[in-house]
Amino acid sequence: MMRLRVVGESIVPAATLVGALLVWEAATHALRIPRFVMPAPSAILAEGWDWRYRFLGHAWVTLGETLGGFALSVIIGVPLAVLIVYSPVLRSAIYPLIVLAQSVPKIAVAPVLLLVLGYGEIPKIIVAFLVAFFPVVVDTATGLAATPPELLDLSRSYRASAFKTFVKVRLPMAMPFFFAGAKVAITLAVIGAVVAEFVGSDKGLGYVILSATSYWKTELAFSSMILLSLMAIVLFGAVSLVERLVCPWLAPAAEE
Amino acid sequence: MIRLDGVGKTYRTRRGDLVRAVEDVTLLVEPNEFVTLVGPSGCGKSTLLKLVAGLTPATRGAIHIREQPVREPFPDVGFVFQQPVLLPWRSVLDNVLFSVEMLGLEPRQYRKPALDLLELTGLAGFETKYPRELSGGMQQRVAICRALLPDPSLLLMDEPFGALDAMTREEMSLELLRVWEERRKTILFVTHSIPEAILLADRVVVMTPRPGRIARVLDVALPRPRTMELEFDPRFKAASEEVRGLIFARRGTAR
Repeated sequence: MMRLRVVGESIVPAATLVGALLVWEAATHALRIPRFVMPAPSAILAEGWDWRYRFLGHAWVTLGETLGGFALSVIIGVPLAVLIVYSPVLRSAIYPLIVLAQSVPKIAVAPVLLLVLGYGEIPKIIVAFLVAFFPVVVDTATGLAATPPELLDLSRSYRASAFKTFVKVRLPMAMPFFFAGAKVAITLAVIGAVVAEFVGSDKGLGYVILSATSYWKTELAFSSMILLSLMAIVLFGAVSLVERLVCPWLAPAAEE
Repeated sequence: MIRLDGVGKTYRTRRGDLVRAVEDVTLLVEPNEFVTLVGPSGCGKSTLLKLVAGLTPATRGAIHIREQPVREPFPDVGFVFQQPVLLPWRSVLDNVLFSVEMLGLEPRQYRKPALDLLELTGLAGFETKYPRELSGGMQQRVAICRALLPDPSLLLMDEPFGALDAMTREEMSLELLRVWEERRKTILFVTHSIPEAILLADRVVVMTPRPGRIARVLDVALPRPRTMELEFDPRFKAASEEVRGLIFARRGTAR
């Protein structure tokens, strides 16, 4: 039963997608749209297939930058959130800076950063981190602060140390919030990595898109975009999977 | 067991106003006595519990538990709040074990006692469930088991059944009495339900609001074990009338 319902639920969106692709394909042929303006799906697919081996290398680079930026945003963002929640002084010191950093358009900062840090993958990782870390900090801090005061009183009445309370109560309490932030962060990290590649690079999917468009190879640009979207979806799915493994209590209760 | 001498608590709100939450409370609670604190909201009942628990210091007076002054949280105390505040990521059994874990005891040695407590409170078979799979009443039972597991001699309960529906509430009251008959402890129980206060207590402490003071301490001379039928007993009715009179008369004059 369960299986049948899942299939039924996915039939409508799948049919819509296939229908849209068919209309697109037919329109490009019937209206004779030049391929560099709007290539047909079949042309995009063919170009992507031609590029399959070269794509692997570029995708690998972008994936590395994305994961690097995401990892940094977790490694730096979570301790920052802890500091913000535990120290009112640091909160008033750090929080405005974080908000300020967030309100600066990072995409505008990317060229400057690359100028300062040079080319290579490290500056891209840093741009990806800058774009991605904000939701990690804010959501984790919200989660850490969401512990009911009664639970903190309870821990205190058992004379548990602050560290023990952190590990056994506050940190697990913040987990669902952390993952909400991490899911946003991973997709933002993809954007950060690609934007940094736009600014200056000789590899990565962002570089492929940029050079393809300057040579009017719109099919190639489209297939890179599709590859990028797939990558973002897979990464998002991976974070969701980790969430489900780390927080099994959030899974919907089994139907009886 | 507990001695409060002229206890007062004044605190400052964020805006800088001074609030006198509790004033001049003098009370002696005997070992294994069941004392309920009843009064309208804002009468400092919950503050009083926190003072006894050592979670917040008194501004005036002294509190002694077993002749020892309370200056910091007392290890031999269990606390139950209005909300069960269970840990959503822990199973029922692990939630019960939380108290001994936080006390720094070895949880493995408490597995059997924890299972016995769950059995005693009618939760046998639910050990591996997550809290959200349980009803509100069952969650509160888990919270009570958690408080009882280290076998404290004093149990502080802050409107523990306040968030439950009326029927579950009555059921839980009787169940608490049953558990208390089996495992005697001193209980200090805050409630704003007059029938609940009388049904449970050896003595009812009636409090008046702002600042919270003791209006009167009533002895409840009803036989134990108690049942819901007692509510029709003339002595029960007389006691509720008296408590009601104390609370509403004061309120009337305050205006």
